[in-house]
Amino acid sequence: MEKEHTPLKHLFQQEFSKMVAVISKLFGLQHIEIAEDIVSETFLQATETWGVKGIPPNPTAWLYAVAKQKTLYHFRRNKIFEEKVMPALSAAQETTQEMDALDFSQQNIQDSQLQMLFAICTPAIASEAQIGLALRILCGFGIDEIAEAFLSNKETVNKRLFRAKEKLRAENIKMELPPENEIVQRLDNVLHIIYLLFSEGYYSKTRNQILQKDLCFEALRLGVMLTAYERTNLPQTNALLALMCFHASRFEARETNDDTVILYEQQNEALWDTALINQGIHFLHLAAQGNELSSYHLEASIAYWHCTKEDTPEKWENILQLYNQLLTINYSPSVALNRTFALYKANGAAAAITEAEKLRLDNNHFYFLLLGELYKHTDPAKAITHLQTAYTLAKTQTEKQGIREKIEALR
Amino acid sequence: MKDFMLIFRQPSYDYSNISPSEMQTLTKKWQDWVGGIAAQGKLKATGQRLSSEGKVLKAGGVVTDGPFVEIRERLGSFMIVKADNLDEATTLAHGCPALEANGSVEIREIV
Repeated sequence: MEKEHTPLKHLFQQEFSKMVAVISKLFGLQHIEIAEDIVSETFLQATETWGVKGIPPNPTAWLYAVAKQKTLYHFRRNKIFEEKVMPALSAAQETTQEMDALDFSQQNIQDSQLQMLFAICTPAIASEAQIGLALRILCGFGIDEIAEAFLSNKETVNKRLFRAKEKLRAENIKMELPPENEIVQRLDNVLHIIYLLFSEGYYSKTRNQILQKDLCFEALRLGVMLTAYERTNLPQTNALLALMCFHASRFEARETNDDTVILYEQQNEALWDTALINQGIHFLHLAAQGNELSSYHLEASIAYWHCTKEDTPEKWENILQLYNQLLTINYSPSVALNRTFALYKANGAAAAITEAEKLRLDNNHFYFLLLGELYKHTDPAKAITHLQTAYTLAKTQTEKQGIREKIEALR
Repeated sequence: MKDFMLIFRQPSYDYSNISPSEMQTLTKKWQDWVGGIAAQGKLKATGQRLSSEGKVLKAGGVVTDGPFVEIRERLGSFMIVKADNLDEATTLAHGCPALEANGSVEIREIV
């Protein structure tokens, strides 16, 4: 499982997004490929040099210094520099050296990354491409890793990234924060992309658990980045962070040695990460400021209640009401099914059956799994019929296997 | 799918004599009922609750204060649901807690 996950790979992954953001800021987002190339070349040189001489005492400073050299070199022989950047630079700062503009200070790294986050999460790009671009540019993932996460191949991912960058150019997207009056609306989009990134990791089709975790923690990192700025440190940002912390706390508990996922009901709560749960509670408190009640607030509160394994009437009543609220602002079939399960736990099987029969999600195998669960005690024969329908509709062998076991248990 | 307004009326909205736990039960009834409609993907919008205080303006400039004794059931709140036809919208209205309070639900298509 622990394949080639060296500290060096981690360092490169972290520094990639910082350096690309800072260099892109200088060249303009139109030339983001140049920034990517410079950073990749820097890493190549680092790997070669460090392989011979060993890792320097301050590897990050080494990387920044080399990247500066390479940027300078690129400037000197490149037309863009002569024609566009140089006049702008000399106009802006007549006496200073041109390379002072490449500023790898902590503050400028943070600013540039935040601007990049808003630039990439522009409503102008389709969301699948956005996630790919976010993974590459904001999280520093390699093309092969992105392909693995999407169960796709390198070629497809490259094409998708290429198109996304074309779109950035065509729409003339700039690296800058949106104006004050647009920031809340634009932040919605940014949060949505972070949420998708997290879900991509948490529910990923890939069996590579390290990659899954990496994705989730990168999403968390981007969320934390938003809290460093007053204008983006809003209740909904904190609510999303709380939600991600609560989910991430169950990582260890849901893993098995044979790459399958242990469902919530069977999890050993001793393996839940209490530090992450407490962090989540902290964010949830911050999210409670103001009158905003986003779907992230509701989902985070539901996830909070699930951090208590023990079934109490209070727990399920709260979860039910949160789902009721969530449905009124954000309907989806899976929320409707979860709500009906909560109704079963809070109000009993009979009430839940009445409500479940109204849902008519006839192509959804989770619907029939739920009906199977609801009829389990009162009408096992009916439960089996529903489970058989679920079996027919289920798409993966793992799911079919699980349903078969449920049917066998009822016979 | 068309939009229908469900209009809730009750003879009384005086909850001054009920206990907090009864109030909680009542709130839960409403929330579960609305949640059930939302779970079917048929909730368009929840309306605002109306205050029990109000005034009525009549022809000739006559203004009266509530309560409006001549109205047997007072308008309390409303919501908008999605349904294929009036019958389906009426089916959705079944189970509304206003009915348990001897109230009514009026179902009208929004045209």
